[in-house]
Amino acid sequence: MMTQGIWPAVLGRFDWHALPFVRAWENPTASEIIGAGAALLVIIGAVVVVVLITRLGKWRYLWSEWLTSLDHKKIGIMYIVLAFVMLSRALIEAVLIRMQQAAAIDNAGFIAPDHFAQLFSTHGSIMIFFMAMPFLVGLINYVMPLQIGSRDVAFPLLNSISLWLTGGAAGLMMVSLVIGEFSTGGWSGYPPYTELAFSPGVGPDYWIWAVTLGSIGSTLTGINFAVTVYKMRCPGMYLMRMPLFVWTSLCTSILMIFAMPALTVATALLALDRYLGFHFFTNDLGGNMMNYANLFWLFGHPEVYILILPAFGVYSEVVSTFSTKQLYGYTSLVLATMAIALLSFTVWVHHFFTMGQNADINAVFGIATMTIGVPTGVKIYDWIWTMFRGQVRFTVPMLYSLAFMMTFVLGGFTGILLAFPPLDYLVHNTLFLVAHFHNMLIPGLLYGMLAGYHYWFPKAFGFRLNEKWGRISFACWVVGFYIAFMPLYVLGAAGVARRTQGMFDPIFRPWFYLAGVGALILVAALGALFVQLWVSIRERDANGVFAGDPWDGRGLEWSTSAPPPEYNYACIPRVHGRDPFFDAKRRDDPYAPPASYDAIELPKSSMTGPMIGVVGAATAFGLVWHMWWLTIIGVLAIIATVIARSFARHVHQIFPPDEVKRTERRWLRAVAEATPTSREVEMTSVNQGVAEVSS
Amino acid sequence: MSANEIKHAGLNLGDTDELTHGQAGSAVFGFWVFLMSDAVIFALLFATYGVMLPATVGGPTPASEYKILSAFLETLTLLTSSFTFGMVSVAMKHGASRRQLLSWMGVTLVLGAAFLGMELHDFTTMFGDGAYPTRSGYLSSFFALVPLHGLHVFFGSVWIIVMMVQVMTFGLDARVKINILRLSLFWHFLDIVWIAIFSVVYLQGLIR
Repeated sequence: MMTQGIWPAVLGRFDWHALPFVRAWENPTASEIIGAGAALLVIIGAVVVVVLITRLGKWRYLWSEWLTSLDHKKIGIMYIVLAFVMLSRALIEAVLIRMQQAAAIDNAGFIAPDHFAQLFSTHGSIMIFFMAMPFLVGLINYVMPLQIGSRDVAFPLLNSISLWLTGGAAGLMMVSLVIGEFSTGGWSGYPPYTELAFSPGVGPDYWIWAVTLGSIGSTLTGINFAVTVYKMRCPGMYLMRMPLFVWTSLCTSILMIFAMPALTVATALLALDRYLGFHFFTNDLGGNMMNYANLFWLFGHPEVYILILPAFGVYSEVVSTFSTKQLYGYTSLVLATMAIALLSFTVWVHHFFTMGQNADINAVFGIATMTIGVPTGVKIYDWIWTMFRGQVRFTVPMLYSLAFMMTFVLGGFTGILLAFPPLDYLVHNTLFLVAHFHNMLIPGLLYGMLAGYHYWFPKAFGFRLNEKWGRISFACWVVGFYIAFMPLYVLGAAGVARRTQGMFDPIFRPWFYLAGVGALILVAALGALFVQLWVSIRERDANGVFAGDPWDGRGLEWSTSAPPPEYNYACIPRVHGRDPFFDAKRRDDPYAPPASYDAIELPKSSMTGPMIGVVGAATAFGLVWHMWWLTIIGVLAIIATVIARSFARHVHQIFPPDEVKRTERRWLRAVAEATPTSREVEMTSVNQGVAEVSS
Repeated sequence: MSANEIKHAGLNLGDTDELTHGQAGSAVFGFWVFLMSDAVIFALLFATYGVMLPATVGGPTPASEYKILSAFLETLTLLTSSFTFGMVSVAMKHGASRRQLLSWMGVTLVLGAAFLGMELHDFTTMFGDGAYPTRSGYLSSFFALVPLHGLHVFFGSVWIIVMMVQVMTFGLDARVKINILRLSLFWHFLDIVWIAIFSVVYLQGLIR
């Protein structure tokens, strides 16, 4: 029916079998039913959200206060919400992968090979591009401008556009669950397998366009953050006085600026192959897939450090604050960060030692890879020395930092093993590698992001998170990680290939069972995190820290109310050292009101970001399904939006001095009324956000 | 700005207003950073071109397809358009009449369009010889690199039109000036990329 008349032009290559419900109806296997169930979950989730917002009458509020907002703090929060949603999905997929491998020993298991391949492809793509990236970008967005004493990022509108491009791309990932199928080519999408000859379906196209939208968003974010750090620092905030989180944000941004284009080029060339019949990576007519491996990992390796550096920044802040000590070896930490950023561009070949270049090249890249261990080791020692003889408190962020130091070093050791090309040959493409990079990224990214989430949450929302549930969640993340991934080292060393849907040797069974239990504990960890949020919101009045400084903080971000006003600082601060607020508390009164207040100008909300994100996703959807009309309309609409926006002139709002004064007075009154808290009781309800200062 | 005030070497945005200058600093620096990111894209496409140059698979080769005269004329046209855009900046700096400003922009636009026309003519000639991007890896890499530059010139031309309309609508307010400044960076950047294309793609192809 849909192959006649106007339908092919309208619907492209869509037909009913693109819907997982139809597939499950016609072929009711466990695998198809799981697929249909996932699709149903997406639809139900979307419907529940829409109904809930409508019932609460919050559409207007949501639109004008959040979705169109150009406030870096709100954009940061939205990024992190997106990260949590995507984390939930990708973690469930991880559990399915574990369950299938545990079930499929000398047995078909319950997930078909094709479906299994989609699972590991989406798991990887989502965790990297739509969990890790939004989380760290959100955290930087929220914290970095506050830390450098700025009122916003350099390009607030661009910030919103980046958010919405990322959101649109994540939406496309969700749509791929409901309409069609996803790529089976893994998160790295290697051709020639992902070429038309071997993957003619829509899967690789979903992957290409979701990743492309996301990478454009990330490039723009990198530009935005780098310019913000270079140009928007408050008076006295010299480069070598910046908090370490700002330094790592800067290095991450520089990596984004120079590494993300490589991904854009790789996916664009693959798209040219698939859509227009070019021959970049095909098997015939001069195609050269090695070039894809080079392009992809030229992005892919710096990407690892894009992910890890912000977490290093968080640990530096957390360890220093919760040890009440100045960060040890500040200069060496800055240099180590820069060294890592630089070295990250010199090691990409270690991702494909086995692909046929000569031994000398492998040796060079192997040595370069091992070199990265040096600056990283410097950092670990610096954090340990920071704790030495400090007043260490085992708060949740501190616990994550400690777990990170132990676990990350372990992962680093296996990384050094993999850096030897001859050893790499033995475990290449096995579960040993999977264990290694999870061993780096779970402590090196996830723990860091969660530490940052716990550490800055009171700043963003004005109340502390529940300690008990925080500790339960922490325990699950750590125990779950070890139980889930240590067995994979054993299996990988025994030669089990990664991404394998079924196994034959029963000797592997106990290890897979163990890893499966670990995965379930990790789900419990995420569940505990959500329970913690729920409990904390209910107890928010008892744990309020409106005064803004719950941890005897060191940086500028603690010197304003929690949550901070839209303009962050009524008067732009002036900085005299590396720990400006910590020192100010000990020197004089940091809460002294200024003589007078000035009017403050900030950008107004704009619908440009949502427009570009939604239309961008629609354009990508049109490309995936060959609905050319949608693509053409989409591209024209984006160009028109950009041009129309360039004609807008009244794009600022003014906060009059009286309003600023009222807001500030209210906060300063709260500060005066609060009882200063000593460090011993900062985890209890006594904490009202003013630190007791003993000088 | 009074006529006898001494102008500094860069673009003068108006009265010595620190805030505007600060904003302009971020805006222009941000655009530089964007161009560097864009330069990485071109660099990778050049590298890809270099890798795929031998992959002619018995089809058309650089020597058989490139026409030196046409490439040279394109180079001259684009370089001249960079000069005329320089005249736009000079006109803006010295407060020339709006008509003068607009006519230099117009000349740049015409040169940009002429360049695109000649480039399209080159491509159709190549197609006539059977040199399609689908023919070989070498041609794929050529048609990813050179038309991407052309696409940039096209969007640069659209941007010139938009800025002409904005000059007519708003006059030279701070935002228009900053955007013309950014556009000029973009246009000169395309010139530099083209010089690389002319040397690496066309000249190298013809020397072989």
